[in-house]
Amino acid sequence: MTRAILKTTLLLAAVLVATGCSSLNKKPASGAAIENRGLSNGEMSDIDAARSKGAGDGSGAGAAELNDPNSPLAVRVIYFDYDSSDVRADFESVVQAHASFLASHPQTTVTLEGHSDERGSREYNLALGERRALSLRRQLVLLGATAGQVKTVSYGEERPVAEGHDEQSYSQNRRAEIVYQQ
Amino acid sequence: MKWLTSLVLSLACFTANAQSAGGPLVIRITQGVEGALPIAIVPFEWAGAPMPTDIAQVVSSDLTRSGRFNPMPRNDLPSKPSDPTQVNLKEWRAVGMDNLVIGRITASGDGGYLVEFRLLDAFTGKQLAGFQIPAAANALRLTAHQISDIIYKTLLNVPGAFATRIAYVTVARRDAKNSTYRLQIADADGYDAKTILESPQPLMSPAWAPDGNRLAYVSFEERNSAIYVQDVRSGQRKKVVSGAGINSAPAFAPDGQRLAVTRSQDGNPDIYVVDIASGQQTRLTTHEAIDTEAAWAPDGSAIVFTSDRSGGPQIYKVAPTGGEARRVTFNMGNYNSRASYSPDGQSLVMVNGGSGYRIALLDLKTGSSRNLTGSNLDESPSFAPNGSMIIYATMAGRGTELAAVSVDGSIKQRLALQQGEVREPAWGPLRQ
Repeated sequence: MTRAILKTTLLLAAVLVATGCSSLNKKPASGAAIENRGLSNGEMSDIDAARSKGAGDGSGAGAAELNDPNSPLAVRVIYFDYDSSDVRADFESVVQAHASFLASHPQTTVTLEGHSDERGSREYNLALGERRALSLRRQLVLLGATAGQVKTVSYGEERPVAEGHDEQSYSQNRRAEIVYQQ
Repeated sequence: MKWLTSLVLSLACFTANAQSAGGPLVIRITQGVEGALPIAIVPFEWAGAPMPTDIAQVVSSDLTRSGRFNPMPRNDLPSKPSDPTQVNLKEWRAVGMDNLVIGRITASGDGGYLVEFRLLDAFTGKQLAGFQIPAAANALRLTAHQISDIIYKTLLNVPGAFATRIAYVTVARRDAKNSTYRLQIADADGYDAKTILESPQPLMSPAWAPDGNRLAYVSFEERNSAIYVQDVRSGQRKKVVSGAGINSAPAFAPDGQRLAVTRSQDGNPDIYVVDIASGQQTRLTTHEAIDTEAAWAPDGSAIVFTSDRSGGPQIYKVAPTGGEARRVTFNMGNYNSRASYSPDGQSLVMVNGGSGYRIALLDLKTGSSRNLTGSNLDESPSFAPNGSMIIYATMAGRGTELAAVSVDGSIKQRLALQQGEVREPAWGPLRQ
């Protein structure tokens, strides 16, 4: 009985120490820099996240790529012109990058959230938001993603990112967001 | 500007979020009609103290808000009769009053009240209307609205819509990803607002059942649009339409048994009619364009909807059994959407886009149309059940508030929340 409790306590202590060490790894502040591989804190934790998530299926490197702020994959919002659901030329390389990523990571899925600006009626705008999400979906599938990897949802004008009543705000709200599923 | 203090109290029950819920709706007449009828509404006699509800004040506010009446300020009343025997007609004619409302409230013993009122012609002394109305302790405001309805009907020969309710959506927004959406119901004068649903995900498109007991609406609580029907009193609700794509824009059929809705499970929004009890669906449109925002003719003989099959959005009409759709809006610019019928079925109100987005009225007999509003971003028009006014959402500051306009465009009012935004008003049916 007491031996069992002691065992548990020791185990707990070991876990605590281990946890403490791993968090120390990310803080090279105090004197002895441990395992400083010249990466920023953010990148290190990204790699950690990728390791824990992708262990076994080989997608670890992909997840890191997904979280690389310098990769075209870091662009997750595609903007649209007024009354248009055509993917603009300036977003072609971004869409190509996401399509290629999805093609090489068949287990990964995304949801495309379509949005509109606030002008006109809400229900019609819900339909316009869907049209944008579907247009982006078609492009992704055309460029290599499979249909099953890409879901769509429209929020219409219900979730603006900019609240102004001017073209500057409208142009930020006419968008499709690419949301990778965890 | 009048602050509706009793509403603040009722909202305070809704936890710490009461403030961000927006507080009371404040109604402000921004444009009245010339030639509003002069009327004196004498404070009702009440033996006890304090008075349970100032009925004369509620009636006076109702009639003022309609734009059709100009009630005399209370301080200017020459006397305060409560019984016909106390009325000196000369005195009321001398101050230019056409009509006089007097009455009294007495406790009825069972905790309720008996409200007695008379509408008198100040020239002939004739009693035009007189009623005794028993009222539960918490129903005196409703009784006051019913009195307003009687006065309105008696003097204008049109039913009043004071004893009605409005449903609307409020949004308290913290940032782009964090908002609280509330579906609320309030009396038509903004009092007694109740939240019937609260969600961190968008709520949209409240629509009343013809019996006034149920609301249909769109909720994104499952991360996609789905249509629910909720009993207003019990809060019981049923998910009626869900699944892939858009499930939105519910509109009750006049029989209260079916909904016209928008679905896009095949990748493109079309109009369906859904039987609420069985869930059985009938598809009305199959066009590859956007078809949405269905609304029923009051007699159930037709459904109008928005479609961009000709390019921009225009209004089309189809039989409730399906078949060929015919375009309704011509020569009204390249943006017409979200149409709904007037209670008499003679006209359509809609959003008309051009240099801005305004509320437009189309006379179905003559084909003539006109804009009733002049702001930049007006939307979601909804007829009062007596056809006198149209409530809609309009831009205010960075958000939206509600406004109402008379069908002839002469009377305008704003209904603002103290905080947050309020949108998508739906005016409920006349009380049955």
